[in-house]
Amino acid sequence: MQSQIFHYPAKDAVIKLHQTGDQTISNRLVDEADSLQGSRERSNALDSGHRACQGCGEALGARHAIDTALDATDGELVVVNATGCLEVFSTPYPQSAWRLPWVHSLFGNAAAVASGVAQAMKMQGKENVRVIAQGGDGGTTDIGMGCLSGMFERNEDVLYICYNNEAYMNTGVQRSSQTPGGARTATTMPVGEHPGNNFGTGKSVPKIAMAHNIPYVATANIANPRDLEAKVRKAMSIRGARYIEVFVPCPLGWGTASSDTIKVARLAMNCGLTPLYEAEYGQITQVTKLANVQPVNDYLKIQRRFAHMFQPGNEHQLQSIQAIADANVRAFDLLSSSNEGEE
Amino acid sequence: MSVEVNGQRLIPFATTLEPGSSRANKTGSWRSLRPEYVNNLPPCNQACPAGENIQAWLSHVQRGDFHAAWQEITLNNPMPATMGRVCYHPCQSGCNRKETDGGVQINGTEKYIGDQALQHGWQFARPEQESGLKVLVIGGGPGGLSTAYHLRRAGHSVVICEAQPKLGGMLRYGIPSYRLPREILDMEIDRILAMGNIEVRTNTRVEDIEAMKQAEGFHSVFVSVGNWIANRAETSIEDGQRMLDGIEVLRQVENGEEHGMTGRVVVWGGGNTAIDVARVALRVTGEKPVMIVRRDMSGLRAHPEEIQDAVDEGVEIMVLSTIHTIRQGEVVLEKMVADESGRPHPTGEYLTIKGDSVVAALGQSAELSLMEKLGLSKAGDWEVAVSPAMMTEIPGIFAGGDMVPSIRTVTAAIGHGKKAARHIDLWLNDQAFPEAKERVIATFERMNTVYYPQATMHKRPKLEAGVRIGDFREIKGSLTAAQAIAEAQRCMSCGNCMECDNCYGFCPDNAIIKLGAGKGFQIDYDYCKGCGICAAECPLGALDMVMETI
Repeated sequence: MQSQIFHYPAKDAVIKLHQTGDQTISNRLVDEADSLQGSRERSNALDSGHRACQGCGEALGARHAIDTALDATDGELVVVNATGCLEVFSTPYPQSAWRLPWVHSLFGNAAAVASGVAQAMKMQGKENVRVIAQGGDGGTTDIGMGCLSGMFERNEDVLYICYNNEAYMNTGVQRSSQTPGGARTATTMPVGEHPGNNFGTGKSVPKIAMAHNIPYVATANIANPRDLEAKVRKAMSIRGARYIEVFVPCPLGWGTASSDTIKVARLAMNCGLTPLYEAEYGQITQVTKLANVQPVNDYLKIQRRFAHMFQPGNEHQLQSIQAIADANVRAFDLLSSSNEGEE
Repeated sequence: MSVEVNGQRLIPFATTLEPGSSRANKTGSWRSLRPEYVNNLPPCNQACPAGENIQAWLSHVQRGDFHAAWQEITLNNPMPATMGRVCYHPCQSGCNRKETDGGVQINGTEKYIGDQALQHGWQFARPEQESGLKVLVIGGGPGGLSTAYHLRRAGHSVVICEAQPKLGGMLRYGIPSYRLPREILDMEIDRILAMGNIEVRTNTRVEDIEAMKQAEGFHSVFVSVGNWIANRAETSIEDGQRMLDGIEVLRQVENGEEHGMTGRVVVWGGGNTAIDVARVALRVTGEKPVMIVRRDMSGLRAHPEEIQDAVDEGVEIMVLSTIHTIRQGEVVLEKMVADESGRPHPTGEYLTIKGDSVVAALGQSAELSLMEKLGLSKAGDWEVAVSPAMMTEIPGIFAGGDMVPSIRTVTAAIGHGKKAARHIDLWLNDQAFPEAKERVIATFERMNTVYYPQATMHKRPKLEAGVRIGDFREIKGSLTAAQAIAEAQRCMSCGNCMECDNCYGFCPDNAIIKLGAGKGFQIDYDYCKGCGICAAECPLGALDMVMETI
């Protein structure tokens, strides 16, 4: 059932110069490698009228990912959604913002339901119908972890997409296993000797997924839409269990301006806290390099959840986060040696 | 929710919702700020004295469409090959890219486009209709040529009167040919004349505008006679020596007349004419000239690049000094001292240097007797007052170029000519002059420049100083086609949509409607929640967030 992994060129073929290069959604000076999100033919799988907050990163990430998957499968796609913000804001009774077959069951069982849908399609001989399970970090990395690990371990033909906004947002911003050290949430208030979330907690689910030796694991960021599309497209070219984690800022939970969603995602990417990489069968195969690494303070200071770190006496928290970023830069060899964009 | 089938009430196992039924929920009502597309004035366009739409023609060069770029340039400036050489490019000083990795080399790109036009013989379209109206243009310099061109585009006939033997004014008789080869100038002038219905009378000095207007029935007049009278300064001259005039020397060298410069030439002055005279003297006499400047180096009015070129070629510059006495073979200088404001004061200390001929280039003014005859008042000491429409106090008589208050560059004259011609056209058609519109400037702060990859600038090659001083060969080379395109692609399109689709792709609510290539976007205010991502992520600053009113 394993298919050959098909490599999409969007990431490798960096558009040199041409005014904005490949940094913008489209580049009118070059025809190739325009993103689907710049096309009038994109399907808008998550339609207007949904009730996500202003500037929601998750709504944006979900549309980018599912539009791409629809395009890659010629519309033969079923989506299974875990409980969470994405499910709540997209389908408040009696309306749905989804424009494709979409199922919601429970908070923690999306991976299991999706496995069932995939098996059912196989039994019916409809292997052209592909299955995506999706959810936030709470439903995926905490509550749904058991079902997810099972789906990986059985190598079910499902792509699981986790939109990671680093806390339980729809229930009022409670800490999850993805909440970074020092961050303020409703359950990790910035009080006492160690304000905010404890350092040294949490887990990397992409690395856990890699440990299952599944065909494909990738991290993506909403501030890098061409890369996100290429990764979803690549995932849909593969049979078996796949996992993509998309970094999506939450203006409400993080205390950022609604207009800064892309900016804060870009800063996270550029300071090394959220490295972008791909792995096949447990081995890292590609890392997106950074031209230069920005200090983490640029990323932290525009978020109210980290505001306490900038008060006297909490400098060590900033240093701890910088140390995490520095370790990522070393571990993933993020600094590019060649200066791309030069002629 | 239940369904009846064959009289039996079925309870569905799950709730089903219609796909896309969320569109009933008009989330636009959440909005307190609304995004609006704007077209702001790019700083290059704002800075261009000729009023070129630089951003528009660069966008054609980006795609390698040089002909479209040339057509766009020549909507405003009929002489891009000339201006690509002699313009002091204030556009580049305005360019927002200065703030990142260096301004776009607009001037070099314009030269490339201008040369392409000459190489391929691209011509101006003749007007579709002749108006039958006749305009007298006095002065065949850049101002007069620009006016004639724009009047022809409007279908009016033109008579150009020029005192010198050839058209071109300061372009020919003021700017040395190592900066502007004459065959380039000639071809660009000929291309204007080829539009037809332009009568040129060279060696013709107009003495009485009103008489000529009456005699030949001109419907309007444009005067642009330039600044040809050299300013003089008091100094003592001994031994039967004389002081030459800078602007006169340049004209004489151009016409091949006797100019009087021999040996070591001492040039008095620090403006662009002084630099031109010094560099011409170097090429004519073969000896290194010296420039005498009253102020310190910061007080030199010449363009910095010209100063550097002159120094590279071996021109000596003596600052804070002035000429006291001119004698046979030597010049006595008085040293000056600058006060805090930079004003020079005499010191009473003297210094004698070797010098065989002295040329004064202390600025020029216009010969205004022509205008005084009309009873026009002067603006300041040397200039004619004009309205923003370039019209003098006498209706129907317009003026421009160096003789009206302005920055006195060739580019300004080209701009005056265009402006005057457009207002002459309105005046001839009895139409009111439109009020100038205030436009928002597309400043760097309004942009999101993280989207532009770093790209080094391409500069034109320049001949080595040692090679270029032997004769009047052009010292600046050209960009290649690939370099011109690459330079154009460094343009950030400040303030005007270039359809990068960021607003469309980054809207979490699908509230931006893409209308298709070249048609831009519309905002679906039914669903726009006013988050502001589109405006924040617009690289160009072409979206404003505006407060909603109820």
